[in-house]
Amino acid sequence: MNLTLFVWRQRDKDSQGKLEEYKAHDISPDMSFLEMLDVVNERLIKEGKEPIAFDHDCREGICGMCSQVINGIPHGPQGKTTVCQLHMRHFKDGDRIYIEPWRARAFPIIKDLIVDRSALDRIIQAGGYVSVHTGGVPDANAILIPKPDADTAMDAAECIGCGACVAACPNGSAMLFTAAKVTHLAMLPQGKVEAARRVCLMTEQMLKEGFGNCTNHYECQAACPKGIKVSFIAKLNREFIKAQF
Amino acid sequence: MILDGKIPAGPINEKWDRHRQHLKLINPANKRKFTIIVVGTGLAGASAAATLGELGYNVEAFCYQDSARRAHSIAAQGGINAAKNYPNDGDSIYRLFYDTIKGGDFRAREANVYRLAQVSVNIIDQCVAQGVPFARDYAGYLDNRSFGGAQLSRTFYARGQTGQQLLLGAYQALSRQVYLGKVKMHPRTEMLDLVLVDGEAKGIVVRDMVTGKISAYSADAVCLCTGGYGNVFYLSTNAMGCNVTATYRAYKKGAFFANPCFTQIHPTCIPVSGDHQSKLTLMSESLRNDGRIWVPKNKGDNRRPADIPEVDRDYYLERKYPSFGNLAPRDISSRAAKEVCDEGRGVGPGGLGVYLDFSDAIGRLGESVIRQRYGNLFEMYERITGEDAYKQPMRIYPAVHYTMGGLWVDYNLESNIPGLFVLGEANFSDHGANRLGASALMQGLADGYFVIPYTIADYLARTNIPKPSTEQPEFLNSLEEQRNLIKKLLSIKGKRTVNDFHRELGKIMWDNVGMARSEESLKDALNKIPTIREEFWENVIVPGSGGELNQELEKAGRVADFLEFAELMAIDALHRNESCGGHFRVEYQMPDGEAKRDDENFCYVAAWGYRGQDNAPELHKEPLAFENVKLAIRSYK
Ligand SMILES: Cc1cc2nc3c(=O)[nH]c(=O)nc-3n(C[C@H](O)[C@H](O)[C@H](O)COP(=O)(O)OP(=O)(O)OC[C@H]3O[C@@H](n4cnc5c(N)ncnc54)[C@H](O)[C@@H]3O)c2cc1C
Ligand code: SF4
Ligand code: FES
Repeated sequence: MNLTLFVWRQRDKDSQGKLEEYKAHDISPDMSFLEMLDVVNERLIKEGKEPIAFDHDCREGICGMCSQVINGIPHGPQGKTTVCQLHMRHFKDGDRIYIEPWRARAFPIIKDLIVDRSALDRIIQAGGYVSVHTGGVPDANAILIPKPDADTAMDAAECIGCGACVAACPNGSAMLFTAAKVTHLAMLPQGKVEAARRVCLMTEQMLKEGFGNCTNHYECQAACPKGIKVSFIAKLNREFIKAQF
Repeated sequence: MILDGKIPAGPINEKWDRHRQHLKLINPANKRKFTIIVVGTGLAGASAAATLGELGYNVEAFCYQDSARRAHSIAAQGGINAAKNYPNDGDSIYRLFYDTIKGGDFRAREANVYRLAQVSVNIIDQCVAQGVPFARDYAGYLDNRSFGGAQLSRTFYARGQTGQQLLLGAYQALSRQVYLGKVKMHPRTEMLDLVLVDGEAKGIVVRDMVTGKISAYSADAVCLCTGGYGNVFYLSTNAMGCNVTATYRAYKKGAFFANPCFTQIHPTCIPVSGDHQSKLTLMSESLRNDGRIWVPKNKGDNRRPADIPEVDRDYYLERKYPSFGNLAPRDISSRAAKEVCDEGRGVGPGGLGVYLDFSDAIGRLGESVIRQRYGNLFEMYERITGEDAYKQPMRIYPAVHYTMGGLWVDYNLESNIPGLFVLGEANFSDHGANRLGASALMQGLADGYFVIPYTIADYLARTNIPKPSTEQPEFLNSLEEQRNLIKKLLSIKGKRTVNDFHRELGKIMWDNVGMARSEESLKDALNKIPTIREEFWENVIVPGSGGELNQELEKAGRVADFLEFAELMAIDALHRNESCGGHFRVEYQMPDGEAKRDDENFCYVAAWGYRGQDNAPELHKEPLAFENVKLAIRSYK
C-alpha cells in the first residue's frame, strides 16, 4: 500500500519544529510501523536527506523506548500496543498518517520524534524501590504473599516506563506511571515498610519535574500499552493520604 | 599461550567459600577513594553498579538507551533457574551444576558453573526482598516451572516478563544509589574505546549520543556488562542496538575473545515475514511445556493444519528424543527444525517454519489455563502475525538468540587485561557451547550481585596504578583516534546505507556460520566478509554530522565492528574441528546426526588475541579439566 506521512521534524531542543510530508510506497501489511519508517528512512538517506530520528530498541513492546503519537494517539490506534508492535495491516492504502513526538512540559524534545524522559527515572530514584542491600536477606519462601496480592503487584509492575500516559494526559500528568510503581510495592509486605515515605517522595519529585495533576480524564489508561489501570491512581491517592497521618 | 583460569584449589563445593576467605578486602573508609566504571545496565551491569555503590565505591555507569531500565535483559520472558528445590522434585546445587555443564556440551569451566549453581539460591532471595513479583501459588509460596533441557521444575518466573521484573528490581536498586549519589548514571552514552595505562584497564572513551561530544572517563577498574553480539547476524532476537563494539574494541586493546563461534539459535521464534524484517521475535520456550511441535509427514502437504490427521503428522522431537520430547535443548531442537525444513516439510511462507500446537493442552487443561499461563505470548503472536494461536497452531522457526562466546575471563571474572572485568552475556564463562534456558538471567545477576563485589576488591587492593588523569597521553590518543574514525565514516558519502551492508553481512553469517557450518561454508564466509568490509569503507553513506544526535552514525560504528568481528567468528568456527552444542560442523556428526565432540583435541577454551587488522589472530588455549563430572556423550534420547 501507499501512504502519506506528516512527520514532526525538529533539529534539536532549541529549534522550531514543523510537520513535513513524506510518501511511503509499497508498504506491506506485515511490516511493523517502525519497519515502515525504516523503509522511508532508507530512501531519505539514499536521496542525501536526513532520516527521521525516533527512539526504539527492543521492537518487542517491552523496553518502553519507542514513543510516537500517531494520528493524535500515543502509540497509535491499536489498543494495548506499543508503536513497535503496531503493524501496517491496521492501516489502509491511501491513508494520511500524522506522526508526532510525546508532547509534555516535562519531556523536552531532543530531536524529531525523540524526547527526554529522564524525569521518569528521577521519580523512581526518589523512592521507587525497597531499600534493601545485596545479601543478608531471608529465604524467599519466608515471605508469603497471597496470590491475589502478588497478581495485583504484577499487574502494576508491568509498566514499561514509556510515558504514553503523560503524552495522553491533557495535564501532562505522570500519575499513572507513579501510581503503578507505588501500587506494585505497596501490595507486597517487603514494600509496606517504606510505603509512606515512598509515596511522599515520589509524588513530590513528580511535581518538581513539572508534570501536571490528575483531573480524572482517564486518557492515560486508554493510551497505556500495558493496560495499567486508573484504579491504581486511586490506590496512590489512598497511600498518599494514609502517609499524612 | 596457555591461559590460567585461576581456579582455586580444593573440592568443588568449597572452592568459592575458600577463595572468598583469601581474597583481599578494602576497608569501608577506603572504598570511597575508588572509582569503578560499569558499562551496561542490564542484569549484570545494573546489579553490579548497585551493589558496588552500596558498598561505598564511586560508580560511573553507562548505557546507550535513554534509561538504564531499557537494557535488553528487559526482554527475557521465560524465567530464571535456581537450585532451591522448593517443589521437592530432587533438585540440588550439584544437579543444576551438572545440567549446566552437560547442557553446555562440556565446554564450560567446572568451577565457575558450580559457583553459579551455588549462588543461584541467593539470587531468588535477593529478588524477592526487592519486591520482584514472582508467580505464586494459592498458599502464597513461590511457583516453579520446568524449562528446556531440564527434567525438573527449578524455574522461577513472573508471567512472561521475568527479565523485565528482574531488571526493574536491579534498576530500582541502582536508582537508589543514584539518589544517594554513589552511582553517576550516563544514559544515551556509548562506549567507543577502552583505555589502558601501563597495561591495566583504567578508563574508557565515550560518545554522548545527544550532543555528539566525545570524552574520556578514568577509573580504578572497568567492568564491561555490554551484553551479546547476536546482531552480527543482522536478524536476531536481540534489540536493535545490541552490539559487539564495547567488547570488540577491548579485544583490539588486547583482551582475549573466547569461543566467538559459540552462538545459540533459539528454536521458538516467529518466522521471517519478508525482506523488510528488522528483527525477530522470540516466543518464550516455556511454550514448549504445553505445545507440541510437528510438521506434516509428507513433503508438500499443503492442507490446513487442522485438516492434517494425526497419522500424517510427525511430532519429530517426541519421536527422536522420547525422554525429553518437546523440551529437548535448544541447539538440538533448532537443528531438528532446520532438518525437517531442509527436507521440504516446513510450513508457512517459504517453508521455513514448524507448528507449535496447543490443541492437546487446551483439550486437557482448558483454554483458560493456557490463557493464564501464556496469555501475553499468544497476544504478542497475534499482534505480529495476525493469527489466533488458540484456534490454529503457531508457526515457529529458529533464530539467533544468545552468544555464549565473549571476552575471556578467569574465575574472578577478570580478563587477561588486569582491571578489566567482564560480566553477563559479554563474557564467555558459564555456558560452554550451549546455554540452557533460564540460566542467562541467573548468570547476569550472579556476576553482578554476588561475584564481582568480592573479586574486584582483590584487584583494587593489589593494583599499583591509581586512577589516572584523563589528560594523560593514553586518553588523548584514544580520543583522537575515535574522532578520526567518526570523521572517516562521515566523509565516505557513498551510495549504500549502513543497513544494507548489515543485511548483506547477516545473510552470509546465517547461511555460512549459522546452524550448520562446514569447512566449505566457513571458507566461503572468510572470502566474502573482507570484500563487504572493503566496500563498506568505500561506499557507505552516513548522513548528518558528528556533533549531533545521529542514529546512522551510531549504527555505522557498530556495523564496522561487526564486519571485523564476523571474520573472527568464522576463524574460530573453522579451527574447531568438532561439533559441540551450538557449534555444529557437518563434517563431525554421529551416524544419527548428533553432534560429535572431539574431547581429545578440543576440550579447551579458544581465546583469540588481536594482532592487527592484517594479521591472523593468535590462538590461546585454556584447557578444560573435568574432575567432578564425567565427559559423556550428551544424550537427550
Ligand atoms: C528475547 C530474549 C528472551 C530471553 N529470555 C531469557 C530467559 O527467559 N531466561 C534467561 O535466563 N535468559 C533469557 N535471555 C537471555 C538474557 O536475557 C540475556 O542474556 C541477559 O539478559 C543479558 O544480560 P546482560 O546484562 O549481560 O546484557 P544486556 O541486558 O543486553 O545489557 C547490555 C547493556 O550494555 C549496554 N551497552 C551495550 N553496548 C554498549 C556500548 N557500546 N556503550 C554503552 N553501553 C552499551 C546497553 O545499553 C545495556 O545497558 C533472553 C534473551 C532475549 C534476547
Ligand atoms: S503506565 Fe502505561 S503508558 Fe504510563 S509509562 Fe507505564 S506503560 Fe507507559
Ligand atoms: S521498541 Fe521497545 S517497546 Fe517499542
